[in-house]
Amino acid sequence: MTGRGVKARPRNRVIVNKTIAPYLFLAPFALFFVAFLIVPLIYAFDISLYKKAMVGGVRFVGFDNYTKAFADPKFWEGVIVLFKFAFLQIPIMIATALVFALILDSGVVWAKAFFRISFFLPYAVPAVIATLIWSYLYGPAYGPIGQTARFLGFEAPDFVSPEWILGSIANIAQWQFMGYNMIIYFAALQAIPTDLEEASVVDGASAFAFATRIKLPMIVPTIIVTVVFSIIGALQLFTEPFLIQNMARSVINSNFTPNIYAYNLTFVGQQPNYAAAISFLLGGVIAVASYVFMLAVNRRKDR
Amino acid sequence: MSIVGKSAHSAKFRRNRWLLTAILSLYFIYTFLPLFYVITAATKSNQDLFSTFGLWFAADFQLWENLETLFTIQDGIFLKWMANTAYYSSVSAIGAALFATFAGYAFAKYTFFGKKLMLALVLGAVMIPQTALVIPMFLMLSNLGLTNTPLAVILPSLVFPPGVFLMWAYIDDAISNELIEAGRMDGAGEFHIFSSIAFRMLMPGFATVLILAFVANWNNYFLPLVMLNKPDMFPITVGLAQLYSTAISGTGGVLLFTVVMTGALVSIVPVIAAFLIMQRFWQGGLGAGGVKA
Repeated sequence: MTGRGVKARPRNRVIVNKTIAPYLFLAPFALFFVAFLIVPLIYAFDISLYKKAMVGGVRFVGFDNYTKAFADPKFWEGVIVLFKFAFLQIPIMIATALVFALILDSGVVWAKAFFRISFFLPYAVPAVIATLIWSYLYGPAYGPIGQTARFLGFEAPDFVSPEWILGSIANIAQWQFMGYNMIIYFAALQAIPTDLEEASVVDGASAFAFATRIKLPMIVPTIIVTVVFSIIGALQLFTEPFLIQNMARSVINSNFTPNIYAYNLTFVGQQPNYAAAISFLLGGVIAVASYVFMLAVNRRKDR
Repeated sequence: MSIVGKSAHSAKFRRNRWLLTAILSLYFIYTFLPLFYVITAATKSNQDLFSTFGLWFAADFQLWENLETLFTIQDGIFLKWMANTAYYSSVSAIGAALFATFAGYAFAKYTFFGKKLMLALVLGAVMIPQTALVIPMFLMLSNLGLTNTPLAVILPSLVFPPGVFLMWAYIDDAISNELIEAGRMDGAGEFHIFSSIAFRMLMPGFATVLILAFVANWNNYFLPLVMLNKPDMFPITVGLAQLYSTAISGTGGVLLFTVVMTGALVSIVPVIAAFLIMQRFWQGGLGAGGVKA
């Protein structure tokens, strides 16, 4: 393998040296990264400093949009919804993903590959379609959950009522993303060298103690990464409530989450300048939340 | 598990096996029922959808009629949505995976000025809320007259930071520095080393990123929702969501209820099939990214 195909060919070609090669490899990604990430961000920041004037065009207002957003209860109500959602959804999802990964890794169960693959499959279903399916399932009159409850002689709750809505959305996220996290943990567990396993079996450690005391601590870095990504994902909540809005207008309003708020401000309220400020503020909230989580985790570790 | 452990706890082991398999089976039912519901709903008439038990078939098997309605409503617009989705996601995925592979190779196999800063930028990019990017992008592209074109959906999708991280981790592991040095000793240029040695070895990682980018684009809703407003340019996600809101608003659209589920069925079958066929790649690849990160 080593030598073949590597021999310098006598053909005339441009030989790129080691110093500029990395920049050339990076160039296509970097170009699009700047054009579709950096530039829009700068543009958004720029427009967030302006306000539509009553007559003709826009007017520079400095950080007025930000001070307004800071004092906007509609924004903070959305942030509270996001945090309630994140605290409800993430721990359950991460815990089930870990337990299932440990079970599959221990090899105790039958049909390991079958479970691994089938738990992952909902990840392939687009969020839009997953939400449509679940909103049919939640349907009070025709949804099979309600039907089953009625058959058993009681009434299922209204899944899109104010009390249940976050749980109902969290359930959709659980259904979609548990398997994705499980696969990542499973791979991390499988990557732990097996001689460790043999040593501890000789030591007489039970399978359960082995899984929780020896294997689990070894994949903590992986768990931290997945939690950070889950936090970032949860705080950007948009698609699920945006679609469920169709069946629960009174529960999901135009500022249910900050992303929905920014969307409506831009396309319904014609206030893209203020929307840009709201988006930036949400970005700040996400950065702070991720940072606080990392800080808390590191503090634990040091102790 | 070694043989010693198994025979010593034989009875306990067997009991655990039953118990844990039962727990996994319960979760399997939870995972599977919504998908099963899509199948039963797609085979029913609208009337039966509301009056028969959701998790079983009705006496009247209407799948073919529903498919016919799905593919003929609004002059066969659903077929257009499927074609649009396939077009947008395959072009975006191939481009994004290639760019991510080049960039990942640069990060994994070179030291260069600005590397740390660039990595930090790419990592930070993951935290930016969709709206913060997509809304200004919409305003910019609409100034350029590019909204309502396939480019408005494809160009932004070529930036796929998770792919860069995955390729970085994968290449770091899969291709040894010695091999690259050997190539240099033989007098091969950097591009030649990449195309004739490295690319073959990073194929499994490339395939994983390709699949992930494809799924990310197939699933994307917000970007096309904002960028496109002509129904015949929609991808499936935006189109189905629109059909659903027509169905539920009750403006003469009640007939659409089963059609929406039939559309859901038709659009998830190919993705699930692709996942099952290509499981070798995503299982290995997802792991590599997770373990490394």
